[in-house]
Amino acid sequence: MTSILPSSGALFATILKVLSPGSPQARSIFNLGVETSVILAAIFAIVAGIIVYALMRFRWREGEPDPHQTAGNTKIEIVWTVIPCLIVVALFALTARTMASADPPSVGAPDVIVTGHQWWWEVRYPGAGVVTANEIHIPVGRPISVQLRSADVLHEFWVPELARKITAVPGHPNHIWIEADKPGAYLGVCSEFCGTQHAWMHFLVIAESAAEFAAWQQAQLHPALRPAERVAAKGLALFEQTSCVSCHAIKGTAARANVGPDLTHFASRRQLGAGIVDNTPQNLRRWLADPQQVKPGAKMPDFKFTDEQLTQLVAYFETLQ
Amino acid sequence: MNALTAVLNRAGLLTPQQREHWEMAWLSTVDHKRIGILYMVTGLVFFVVGGVEALLIRLQLAGPNNTFLHPDTYNMLFTMHGTTMIFLVAMPVLFGLANYIVPLQIGARDMAFPRLNAFSFWLVPFGGILLHFSFLAGGAPAVGWFAYAPLSEMPYSSQLGVDYWALALLVLGIGSVGTSINLLVTVLSRRAPHMTLRRLPLFTWMIFVNSFLVIVALPVLNAALVMLLADRRLGTHFFLPSGGGSAIMWQHIFWAFGHPEVYIVALPAFGILSEIIPVFSRKPIFGYEFVAGSTVAIAFLSLLVWAHHMFTVGLGHTVDLFFVASSLLIAIPTGVKVLAWSATMVGGRIKLNTPMLFCVAALVQFLVAGLTGVSHAVAALDWQTKNSYFLVAHFHFVFVGLIVFAILGAVHYWFPKFSGRMLSERLGKWTFWLMTIGFNLTFVIQHFLGLAGMPRRVYTYPDLPGWGWMNLLSTVGAFVMGVAALVLVWNLSRSLLRGKPAGDNPWQAWTLEWATTSPPPHENFQTLPPIRSRRPLWDDANPDRPDPVVGAQWKAETHLPEKNQASILAFMVSETGFFGVLILAYLYYNAVPPPGSNAHDLNVLKTGLFSLCLFASSATLWRSEVSERRGRPRALAAWLTATIVLGGIFLVGQGMEYWDLFRRGVSVNSNLFSATFFTLTGFHGLHVCVGLIALLVVLGLRIGRGAKPGHSPALRTVGLYWHFVDAVWVVVFSVVYLRPLIQ
Repeated sequence: MTSILPSSGALFATILKVLSPGSPQARSIFNLGVETSVILAAIFAIVAGIIVYALMRFRWREGEPDPHQTAGNTKIEIVWTVIPCLIVVALFALTARTMASADPPSVGAPDVIVTGHQWWWEVRYPGAGVVTANEIHIPVGRPISVQLRSADVLHEFWVPELARKITAVPGHPNHIWIEADKPGAYLGVCSEFCGTQHAWMHFLVIAESAAEFAAWQQAQLHPALRPAERVAAKGLALFEQTSCVSCHAIKGTAARANVGPDLTHFASRRQLGAGIVDNTPQNLRRWLADPQQVKPGAKMPDFKFTDEQLTQLVAYFETLQ
Repeated sequence: MNALTAVLNRAGLLTPQQREHWEMAWLSTVDHKRIGILYMVTGLVFFVVGGVEALLIRLQLAGPNNTFLHPDTYNMLFTMHGTTMIFLVAMPVLFGLANYIVPLQIGARDMAFPRLNAFSFWLVPFGGILLHFSFLAGGAPAVGWFAYAPLSEMPYSSQLGVDYWALALLVLGIGSVGTSINLLVTVLSRRAPHMTLRRLPLFTWMIFVNSFLVIVALPVLNAALVMLLADRRLGTHFFLPSGGGSAIMWQHIFWAFGHPEVYIVALPAFGILSEIIPVFSRKPIFGYEFVAGSTVAIAFLSLLVWAHHMFTVGLGHTVDLFFVASSLLIAIPTGVKVLAWSATMVGGRIKLNTPMLFCVAALVQFLVAGLTGVSHAVAALDWQTKNSYFLVAHFHFVFVGLIVFAILGAVHYWFPKFSGRMLSERLGKWTFWLMTIGFNLTFVIQHFLGLAGMPRRVYTYPDLPGWGWMNLLSTVGAFVMGVAALVLVWNLSRSLLRGKPAGDNPWQAWTLEWATTSPPPHENFQTLPPIRSRRPLWDDANPDRPDPVVGAQWKAETHLPEKNQASILAFMVSETGFFGVLILAYLYYNAVPPPGSNAHDLNVLKTGLFSLCLFASSATLWRSEVSERRGRPRALAAWLTATIVLGGIFLVGQGMEYWDLFRRGVSVNSNLFSATFFTLTGFHGLHVCVGLIALLVVLGLRIGRGAKPGHSPALRTVGLYWHFVDAVWVVVFSVVYLRPLIQ
């Protein structure tokens, strides 16, 4: 029942993420939202007040003649044309100010290149050479420059608590800054319709301390080890023999394709299928048994693996820490 | 079918002679009143289709991780819901109302072009069927009503759905332009004596302004659709980045149509509010001039705000700020309207009958929609709320909260005029309250879903805190609206049979449609009351306190514009929109010559000579017009023949040029130069062909009449069109052939 009747504090913090900004950029948008809301609420109160007053005060009663036929009042009309003009000028100035502070221009090379694919996000750190998917690790309290690209159709990058949203346009790289004040995992979604599985194109922005971030990046740079354990080794052999390798890459193996997500550190990720399920051995087994059951329309076909093959593959993927 | 005939009989909708063949009487009708009703009934049928689609969407979203619908099915449903509600419900119903009411309000017998009217109407069911046929042809489109490239392109949507969608929209677009030219010319040329433009009722005024907007905006969509179809079927790359095209270009063109489109369906709704609120407040509209003038301002500004749909695309802050400014500006004339309607109620004697209830709700809901709209114009806020359920809530407050509510108000207001019978007030109030509660339940909560971070167009969502119950409430609200729709249909059918007779003017309204019987006779009016102000029936009923006379007296020698020429001028405006987009596309894609063939490969001298023939044909046509005025039929025929020969030579020249290019391996899908070149010059050539056929018809009529002098009215009209086609070629020739010489 807690999720049905949350307290008002929890309502803002846990439900209305747009209203609980977690970065300077998101906060400057939030502040503009507050200022705009005050102005708009005042307008609403005045106009709705006039309507309600008219409805209460000026009702028709049987037998009364038609009222005085006022056809207008030029003075009033000029006044209520001029006042909105002033409001518009104020709103324009506030907007211009916030646009500059919430979305400053890019400087130098991007820290992260995020590429939208149908229906997952490729994440590259060009400096360090790390490649991952659907998870963006960032150090806390530092603005990170992100370049947005698309490999196919339009996608849109939106982490409500951290930044503005921006479209990933093929042939037209875009840029935003993301930053997080506090450590945590922030949910991001694709907000531009991109086809069958637009709904499941989630990602996580994982903000951590500088030390944790450095350690994560270090770990991600290692190629995958060849598993010693027998079942897992069979899983790797199976992976290399089947057409898995024509879409995926695992550093340290023959797989180098860039059609699907890079799997080198697959087991270190929290979610599977761009957010559709948690990354557990059981879910992975379901996914490999038939991806179309878990995520209908996903680009990965059903390979019709046997139970034994599934066990081997799952054992291998779980070694990819 | 006997039962249906009986219904129509009792409702007085058939004349005695027509009872035998009532189907034909309706199918072949060119009467604006029947066409109006056909439009509205068609809209109602598609409203049921679009409504069921909406309910299926809401069922799928009722709970998190729902598997009721396959994702592709869901995507088809929301695409079809949007397309249907805009093109097959809102536009037909509003055109239907305009068709019925405008000629009556201006004291006319019919529309200016009754046959064009019937043609435009029949394109609606045809387009609707074409669109829905996609379900049988491998699947409906699943790309959203905005069909963003490159998702709508062949590599990502290889089924036929998008092709059916584009063709259906072309058909509907042509019908809309036809109707709007008709309405425009009707208002200009069919007004009763003394009905000056300054005395027009506001509904007619807003339809008049709206018609301009349709004529300018729809051809822009048509041009975009033509390019999309060329990409999909002829292998060009207008919107495919992989071939050098631009995905953002599609958005520019689509929203250059798409935002005016919002006002195309909103302006008639404003017109409805401007009629009903004064009548039920028993007072004239507060500030007619400001309300009328703000309509023009809105129509004009609506052409300049399209990129506020693109604040997240990355156009840069400078461009964004221009569209912030233009979008905020549009709030001023809109605010003037809202205040005028509110002030009309102040000091009145408000009667809360069903039509007024719907309009008051529409006013308040539109106030909310307008204010959330301002928050979207503020680009930095739009960066957060765009493409979220906050936006879904915002535009449904416009489309349902304002437009559907206004239409329901209009149906309850004018139904007595259409049928001669009153709707039940009791059922009307049930419809109203169910609709209002259902609507607000569905959409108020969606603002918060958006603030919770829920993106739009998703077939399902995870079980995040709050998302489940908010969505469930929204679904419940949608079904309450469904019940309201059922009550409405019950009320309409029951009242058609057993409603209380309405009389001529049940609401004591003041405009001319209430000065005739309900329903009006075929010729609309026996006699018209004197027209001295904007409220002739008020003056009639209150001789002791009539409205002040508006504007100058009508002079006996006043000539209204000639309808054929007015229509061809309006058509030329619309064609300018179409060619304008093709020319801009040519300039954009050839600003830097693309690799492969380009404009430098064209033979300027040869085409220049053929172009001279075309330009000369304008001169010969002018000579034939002069001969006509001087009453010399033989000279007329000779000059006309010369015009046709010169036009023919131009076409032969264009054919030779095309043949030459084909031989060198340059075809429409070679590169972006060839794609833009062939579409631009090809569509121009097509217009020359049409012009030639029209000139041949004029010539044939002239020759058929022999040596008798006499007037040939078609000549002036076709002549205008021909001069226009030549003028377009002046621009095309400069842009395509002369521009490379300067560079």
